[in-house]
Amino acid sequence: MSKKISVSKAIREGLLEEMRRDDKMFIMGEDMAVMGNVFAITTGFLDEFGPNRVIDTPISEEGFMGMAVGAAMRGMHPVVELMYDDFVTECADPLLNQAAKLKYMSGGQCSIPLVLRMPMGSGRRNAGQHSQSLEGMICHFPGLKVVAPCSAADAKGLIKSAIRDPDPVVVFEHKLLYARKEEIPEDEDYLVPIGKASVKRQGKDLTIITWSREVNFSMEAAEKLAAEGIDVEVLDLRTLVPIDWEAIKASVSKTHNVLIVSEEVKRGSYAGEISAEISEELFDELDAPVERLCGLNIVSPFSPVLEDQNFPHPDDIVKAVKRVLNK
Amino acid sequence: MDLYRTMVRVRAFEEHAAECFTKGMLAGNIHLSIGQEAAAAGAFAAIQPEDYFTSTHRGHGHAVARGMDPKLCMAELFGKKTGYCKGKGGSMHIADMKKANHLGANGIVGAGQLISAGSALASKIMGDKSVTVGCFGDSSTNEGSFHESLNMAATWKLPVVWFIENNCYGVSTEIHRVTNTPDLATRAAAYDVPFAVVDGSDVTAVYEAMVTALDHARSGKGPYVVEAKVYRYQGHYCGDPAVYRPKEYMEQALENDCIEKLGKRLAALGVTEAELEEIKQAAQTEMDEAVKFADESPYPDPAEVTDDMYTADNERCVAR
Repeated sequence: MSKKISVSKAIREGLLEEMRRDDKMFIMGEDMAVMGNVFAITTGFLDEFGPNRVIDTPISEEGFMGMAVGAAMRGMHPVVELMYDDFVTECADPLLNQAAKLKYMSGGQCSIPLVLRMPMGSGRRNAGQHSQSLEGMICHFPGLKVVAPCSAADAKGLIKSAIRDPDPVVVFEHKLLYARKEEIPEDEDYLVPIGKASVKRQGKDLTIITWSREVNFSMEAAEKLAAEGIDVEVLDLRTLVPIDWEAIKASVSKTHNVLIVSEEVKRGSYAGEISAEISEELFDELDAPVERLCGLNIVSPFSPVLEDQNFPHPDDIVKAVKRVLNK
Repeated sequence: MDLYRTMVRVRAFEEHAAECFTKGMLAGNIHLSIGQEAAAAGAFAAIQPEDYFTSTHRGHGHAVARGMDPKLCMAELFGKKTGYCKGKGGSMHIADMKKANHLGANGIVGAGQLISAGSALASKIMGDKSVTVGCFGDSSTNEGSFHESLNMAATWKLPVVWFIENNCYGVSTEIHRVTNTPDLATRAAAYDVPFAVVDGSDVTAVYEAMVTALDHARSGKGPYVVEAKVYRYQGHYCGDPAVYRPKEYMEQALENDCIEKLGKRLAALGVTEAELEEIKQAAQTEMDEAVKFADESPYPDPAEVTDDMYTADNERCVAR
């Protein structure tokens, strides 16, 4: 059985089911309780769970992120939302120096079972402080797990797995996916395991490795390329840390050509890290150098004509695939 | 007498650590709390076994005063496998989360404010009766974390007590050169939080202020801030000659030495010199043994370097 709901509704369902199942879980962030979140993800939660478990915070990102770490050390399961991932710099210390490190630095005495939801991504014409894709920065820090779902089903299944995971998990949610309606399973206990990629389209000529909204653009590009006789495989990583290396290896060993697509600033991107890993470990499998198709090394612009230059569109992906294949 | 014993034990631990450091037995650096012993002893006499606490880079005294094992503390300073954190944290990161409810010393100034407030939030949500005490120094009151989390803790009436040990120096910078209020705890008033400022060399004054503070927090009335004025005998780190400090600072400090002051009070109550000496000797022996234990303990196995990063799926998470 399946049903068709939006990605934001799917996330909402995941949160709701886990709140009912786990009384250690609580939600905190800006505008999460009375308003029910700017993307309506938690409407009604306050009525059902009360103010102790659905907490409206002041605009104090460092404060509430750090308090979530303290609560997690005591065995609670906080789910924190930053209204935009751009605000992560406001709470860098509690996330990067505390949540990511305290397990290791204490010799394994604690787990930090917290989830940080971060709406991200370009395309909403919100300019440079509300549009970033900071996967590269977050994946740099050992101690965090990182997921970046695209489909509604994956968004629900991964948020549920993230909440049940004993480690800190950062969830990148692309804002322009929220309204997209897709089929998802009816199953109340639908989980997508952390660390497992998904082959969205089988192909034999080239592997596109991607995640989040660029999965949909890559699928569009793959259809256009199919019409020209180029058979592309699309691998949706879904989880960035731990990366599903087995899936990458299997696909690259089949197609021997790789394009990595992400919305990130290209310099220092996670796409670059994946490219380097493939070059180091799968060099013998490659027929051509691995290419990255990312954003530019610039601040996200406001004007639509400018912003559209700053993340890969399906036609850009088509061109890049042909470049790699020398066609 | 118990307070005296704790203070003497803290000082003996610190002096032993300093000696080991000077001899080159310790890697990295250490921050000593010599001179601040009454603050640790007074505060931890008031803190109950069910309570939680956080500490700082200058945190050895808190761990010893809490009743943690000096052997395991010293082994952590030595980077040994037998240390509280298996040698992965070191001096600035001693923690004993399960037994002592010690949520960790922290190398980031102000981090413990957030963690202690978060622990108190957990207590409120779970409805338990524990209070969390955040111990930190003067300079961290200038971090945003102080103001952000005190505002939330006050608004939500969280059971948290903040214990500021004001030794007047943030590394080399005298606090009043960079801070506009004569006392630091008075900043609590901005958030409608009660506070007390006490002489941190007077162990019973610290104890009494902390009892009041803990009762307040435990009764559901929200946070309380206690500031203890203390002297830091050493420089910022062990080996720092502290040339930035006027000589009057140390003259005043020695006149107010907390252990000597309490010793005189106890003598006035009839405690003999021999009894006080016996406590000092016992502390020396205890810390000699702690050093011996740490020195003879094995280092961690290099193969364990990637252990403890993640609770689930550690191997794959650290592989790439």
